[in-house]
Amino acid sequence: MTTATLTKTETAGAALPRRRRGDGRVALAFLAPVLIGFAAFYVYPAVRGAWYSLTDWNLLSEPGFVGLDNYAELVGDPLFWNSLKVTAYYVVLTVGMQIVAGLGLAALMHRLTRSLVLRSLLVVPWLVPNVTSALLWMWLLDANLGFFNHLLVSLGLDNQGFLTSPGLAMPSVAAINAWGATGYTTLLLYAGMLLVPRQIYEAAALDGTGEVRQFFRITLPLLRPILAFVLVVSLIDSFQLFDAVAVTTKGGPVDATRVVYFYIYEEAFTHFKMGYASALALSLVLILGLLTFVQMRLLRASRSDLA
Amino acid sequence: MAVTALLLTAACGGGGGPADAGGVTLTYALWDDVQQGAYQQCADAFHKANPDITIKISQSAWDQYWQNLTTQMVSGGAPDVITMQASYYPQFVANGQLLDIQPMVTADKIDLGQYWPGLADLWVKDGKRYGLPKDWDTIAIVYNVDMAKKAGVDMSGLTWNPADGGTFEKAIAHLTVDANGKRGDEPGFDKTKVAVHGIVPELNDGSQGQNGWGDLAVSNGFTFIDKNPFGTRYFYDSPKLAETADWFRRLADKGYATPYDKTSSLGPDTMLNAGKGALGITGSWMIRTYLDSKSQKFAFAPLPTGPQGRKSAFNGLADVIYAGTEHKDAAWKWVRFLGSTGCQDIVADNAVVFPAITSSVERALKAHKAAGRDVRLFVDEAEAPGGTFLLPVSDHGDEINQIVSTAMEEVWLGQKDARTALTAANQKVNALFSGG
Repeated sequence: MTTATLTKTETAGAALPRRRRGDGRVALAFLAPVLIGFAAFYVYPAVRGAWYSLTDWNLLSEPGFVGLDNYAELVGDPLFWNSLKVTAYYVVLTVGMQIVAGLGLAALMHRLTRSLVLRSLLVVPWLVPNVTSALLWMWLLDANLGFFNHLLVSLGLDNQGFLTSPGLAMPSVAAINAWGATGYTTLLLYAGMLLVPRQIYEAAALDGTGEVRQFFRITLPLLRPILAFVLVVSLIDSFQLFDAVAVTTKGGPVDATRVVYFYIYEEAFTHFKMGYASALALSLVLILGLLTFVQMRLLRASRSDLA
Repeated sequence: MAVTALLLTAACGGGGGPADAGGVTLTYALWDDVQQGAYQQCADAFHKANPDITIKISQSAWDQYWQNLTTQMVSGGAPDVITMQASYYPQFVANGQLLDIQPMVTADKIDLGQYWPGLADLWVKDGKRYGLPKDWDTIAIVYNVDMAKKAGVDMSGLTWNPADGGTFEKAIAHLTVDANGKRGDEPGFDKTKVAVHGIVPELNDGSQGQNGWGDLAVSNGFTFIDKNPFGTRYFYDSPKLAETADWFRRLADKGYATPYDKTSSLGPDTMLNAGKGALGITGSWMIRTYLDSKSQKFAFAPLPTGPQGRKSAFNGLADVIYAGTEHKDAAWKWVRFLGSTGCQDIVADNAVVFPAITSSVERALKAHKAAGRDVRLFVDEAEAPGGTFLLPVSDHGDEINQIVSTAMEEVWLGQKDARTALTAANQKVNALFSGG
């Protein structure tokens, strides 16, 4: 609103109408590469996807219009609902692990050390490509030949099917990805902590507040905008879980890790039900949009208590 | 985002084989890197005889092969000639992507009798022929020679039944050794601390159980489908199959095999190579993988004889022509050469798979023998009257695969008993056909 009023007042002055128009054109030129890319690789495929979601298309046949049949099928598809359920389970697990571990590490760095080497080391797992880290962990966690089970057995414990038993598979996948993402989350949170003015801590220390209390009373509340940002980003990011599942469990055992992205992929490229897969994908877009909106609202992310 | 990713992937499958200057270049797709050398020799021989045609082999692993193929067909740039598997070809035929070669077969008077009986007809649907056979495979027991010798187990002529497992289960029990050195059939055997499992079964094996449960179920009197190829009714609810599945699950309960949820995801060959198991059930395409192993000494033994005899799955591949190819005549010439002794003898001499032409099979056996590999029993199984069954070929193959393998997983995990899980799966499978 404010900007709109401002612009109006300035145009009313009519001092520099020519230059203004020139600015617009230059701006457009600078924006063009992004806009063209956005249109070609996002808008156009999304619109096509929306159309395909109304068709029966197996990639090789001509897409035939079926109206809302795909969506009707989706509502009654137990595998779709199951995929949403296991995805939600995964998101809660992995985001929870990332944020708890990230907060802990960031707080330690913030209050104890500012070593650049340590900070760089933290992001190393994040730099490992997802597929590589999934493969690595698949071997480490293998039920019979893996290093972790070797350790368990040598300690006199039973070996565990980390990625092959229905109860453990999803937590294992969540842990693998949390391992990869924690370093990045930590850096974001650490950057957020650096924004908190030191004098607040000094004042708190003068009043005799302990480190733990300082963390809960000062760091956490003042970190809220960053936390909200991290939460939203990592939530959307983890909804898109695909590679770790494709590499380690392929959706099994018995649908325990058949997350929605993997399900869409299977419907599209294993069963060649492109129309149905598009309908699934669009539903996911809707769900994600809604989730983000609710989250931003709940966390009042745009407002900081420091302001 | 999700939609974008899908469509981008769909659009990225390009890259066929445009003609180069002066002649035709055909692209030939296959998935087995072990066989690529042999087929390169065929391609060279073919190029020598037809200097104007060059063959470019494009190899991609099994897991990506079918997706690559479909996306390439969507973009119109699929390989001209494609190595095809029987359970995958119906979906390509249904979408009009494969060329009917019957007119060329008739015109060139191709002798279909030269192929191993039953192989050529797998590729006929509604009077149209889509491929010429290239090879076949049968199934056998693979076992660790040293372990069998130490246990004093004779692997030839084993029997099996779903009730007590016959001498096959006795052998498996005796080959199982716990951490204290007690064998699976001795008193005091601790099934919670097993050092070597008697069997490493391949349970996660699609809808056909080619490497184990399928073969034993058929030897127990199970039939997959009412008509093969292209039946429309499956019998996964048969008690014969349920009994077999229950027997396999009991092996884990007794400690002779690893529990399904604690089974390595690296595959039976890795487990056997690591010395964690004594025997497995595998196909003839794995001959080189096992017999050339550096870490263990393996040998093959025939499958056990079930209540209905010894039954091995019998499966074959063929070379097919992409309907959208720009070089139909050249592609046919290449397929004709692949399906002739000219190429199949080369494949035989490389001793990687058993060629489809009967006379070339003897050559393959000779080549194996010269290399010190005893694999005659795979051919014996194929030759035995009534000793083999063809894997079911029908529409909806990939959907059936998912339905049945999920049901089987529920059985292996003990979530449902075999009868319940398989009956439910069979209803879903047959509904695919009634739905049209």
